[in-house]
Amino acid sequence: MKKILIIFAHPVLEKSRVHKTLLKYIPQVDEITVNDLYENYPDFDIDVKREQQLLLAHDIIIWQHPLYWYSAPALLKQWQDLVLQHGWAYGKTGVALSGKKIFNVISSGGGTGAYQHEGYQHCTINDVLRPYERTAELCRMTYWPPFWVAGTHKMDLPQIKEYGERYKQLLLRLREDKINEDTMMQVSRLNDLVDISQSNLA
Amino acid sequence: MDHSFFTTALVFLAAAVLFVPLAKKSGLGSVLGYLIAGVIIGPYALGFVGQEGQDIMHFAEFGVVMMLFLIGLELEPELLWKLRKSILGLGGLQVILTTLVIAGIALLFHFAWQQALALGMILSLSSTAIVLQTLSEKGLMKTAAGQSAFSVLLFQDIAVIPMLGLFPLLATLQAGQSGAADTHAVTNWVEGQPAWLHTVIVLGSIAAVIAVGRVAVRPLLRIVAKTKMREIFTASALLIIVGIAVLMTQIGLSPALGAFLAGVVLANSEYKHELESDIEPFKGLLLGVFFMAVGASIDFNLVSQQFREILLWVCILIAVKVIVLLLLGKFFKVSTEQNFIFSFSLTQVGEFAFVLFSFSLQQGILSAQTTSIMTAVVAISMALTPLIILLNEKLILPRVGTDELEERQADEIDEKNPVIIAGFGHFGSVIGRFLRANKIPATYLDLDSDRVDALRNLGFKVFYGDASRDDLLRAAGAQQAKIIIIAINSPEKRLEMIETVKKHFPHLHMLVRASDRYDAYDLMNAGMLHIYRETLDTSLRVGVDVMTLMGYRKYTAKRLAKNFLKYDEANLKRLSAIRNPEDYVVEARKHIEEIEATIQSDRQNLLNEADISWDPDTLREEARTLQNGDAAS
Repeated sequence: MKKILIIFAHPVLEKSRVHKTLLKYIPQVDEITVNDLYENYPDFDIDVKREQQLLLAHDIIIWQHPLYWYSAPALLKQWQDLVLQHGWAYGKTGVALSGKKIFNVISSGGGTGAYQHEGYQHCTINDVLRPYERTAELCRMTYWPPFWVAGTHKMDLPQIKEYGERYKQLLLRLREDKINEDTMMQVSRLNDLVDISQSNLA
Repeated sequence: MDHSFFTTALVFLAAAVLFVPLAKKSGLGSVLGYLIAGVIIGPYALGFVGQEGQDIMHFAEFGVVMMLFLIGLELEPELLWKLRKSILGLGGLQVILTTLVIAGIALLFHFAWQQALALGMILSLSSTAIVLQTLSEKGLMKTAAGQSAFSVLLFQDIAVIPMLGLFPLLATLQAGQSGAADTHAVTNWVEGQPAWLHTVIVLGSIAAVIAVGRVAVRPLLRIVAKTKMREIFTASALLIIVGIAVLMTQIGLSPALGAFLAGVVLANSEYKHELESDIEPFKGLLLGVFFMAVGASIDFNLVSQQFREILLWVCILIAVKVIVLLLLGKFFKVSTEQNFIFSFSLTQVGEFAFVLFSFSLQQGILSAQTTSIMTAVVAISMALTPLIILLNEKLILPRVGTDELEERQADEIDEKNPVIIAGFGHFGSVIGRFLRANKIPATYLDLDSDRVDALRNLGFKVFYGDASRDDLLRAAGAQQAKIIIIAINSPEKRLEMIETVKKHFPHLHMLVRASDRYDAYDLMNAGMLHIYRETLDTSLRVGVDVMTLMGYRKYTAKRLAKNFLKYDEANLKRLSAIRNPEDYVVEARKHIEEIEATIQSDRQNLLNEADISWDPDTLREEARTLQNGDAAS
């Protein structure tokens, strides 16, 4: 069993459709912890010690957030700035996170087609996520491909729920350590690794 | 209403309006202002008021009853219980010792022992009206001196009851008896009853006041409050007090004591503040009239004839009272400074003396000659109180009390602190602690000498005294400082202090505490930029917690609260600009209208300012209309 920490950042969750649904599908099990940053630190006063303890206590870390201006909401940046200290997370003696796995769970208004070199955005989602990848590598963690809900502007609720179900299956399989890391590194989105054809999408 | 009522009212009101502001302006306090006004309109100066001064005084004594009702309202029963030691100990010993000493001196003047004892008891009392008015005007009620004085005064009010009971036993002059009958023709339920029944009636009445206060008054006030007619509520408040006064007079107790009791019983009720604000103006006005009547009733003919005797008695009286009080204060471990303030505030004889003198005349204890001399002594001792307090402040305290300036070692360099905090109460102390925790050196000013001593022991740099005085501010380093925080309790003192700082230290940044929005208006009119309403932030924090407990996101609730705060501050500025700066007197009615207007505009403005920054609706809408559909993330 692997322990999973979901670091969640959304400033107006009450207006969100995608993330509200995704949160509902997160399995309520001991191995999965949801750390709701905007609820825990509404004043942006991040408790660095607590956050570091949480990171140490888990094997797989998830940054879950909407994509705002090709990046995360401000509090997640603040979290990175404060929690990933030199000498602890990176640098010569910073080995605390070494060997842990990390990836982003993101939503974007634009669809997959837009994130191509020849598409509307002129870059891929991997290009957009490059800062997170480099952060992970500097902290000696393995950066996995994202779980990506793309094209949310034109998505209806049943479609969003489908993503929720996929998210749930992914989390359960990661918890049970059932996904081979090599196959994982070959896909561009972790969404593609789970099969929800048998799942009940009520 | 006959013509003379209006003339009398005109004289009294005009004298009050003219002299009280003058007296306050020259630092004498309102009590002395009223007394001087009384002397001037009285029979020996302008002669506007003649012998009716006595009657007016009896009428205005009702102000004292109201004051005790208000004091009772402020005192929850638990607090009263906490003060029991100083009420019984300090108060009891003061009455007994002063009575004995004065009686002893009276014996030397060849009074019979009964007369001496009666004089001792009457003169041992002090004036609740004068002392409490003066102390609260100076902001000293919460200090050790204020509390001790209050305890003593409370015990004295209670002590009047046994005194009235004791007086008939002291009768020596047969002749005096005759005069007694007609005044007592006023029906009195206990008159002529056997002693045991008397006791039963007295105890029963007190129990009735408590029971009625607990059980009947609240429902009554609730019904009255529902009619939403303010004057009926005021009428009920007056009815409670008048009712108690009548009942107490009927059973031979002091109406003031009964009113006090009723106040204590109602101290925990939800109508406490309404009662307070309804009675307050009546009390203030009646007390004012009372003080003026005291001034007018001083018989200057008698004073000039018996000048030496009266002067002698005044001196003896004040000396005895001060010495007894000082010794008791020392015995009860009141600090030197506070002890002097306490002792010198209680040097006069109280308003009950007038009642007790006429009673003892009727009972044939004292002769008419003695009572008229003593009445003059009492009135003069009252009139001297503000002067004695002033004398104590200017001449004695600087020598014996807490030093205004901090004592420093000769070799210590005078540090120039950039911040001055005036007032170390619940508001200023948090600021002080916060700055100290972050090693920002600050100088403090406070009016409570006990607190000053305590803070000095903790190593704070504290100056003692009235922070609106420019010499004290200069001594505290106002020339070199950059910032001054005006955190004192009294809104009037804050405005005074602002004027002093503007005049003498215009370079200082002023950060000012405000009680509420109306106080904030005054501060804005005084040109203040940094105004901090006491409870605004705390109340909003409660609002945030309510929203959170109801399931709102914390970050959202916080942002809404911050928006509200910003909006409310802007709104305050806007409304303050609309208001006429000359118009300081805002009626209760206008307050309510303004609150209504504020709440209305809260709704409109805050709802329109909904979050559009993170609102995906417009973006979603746009994306749907685009053929491409691949809009920005």
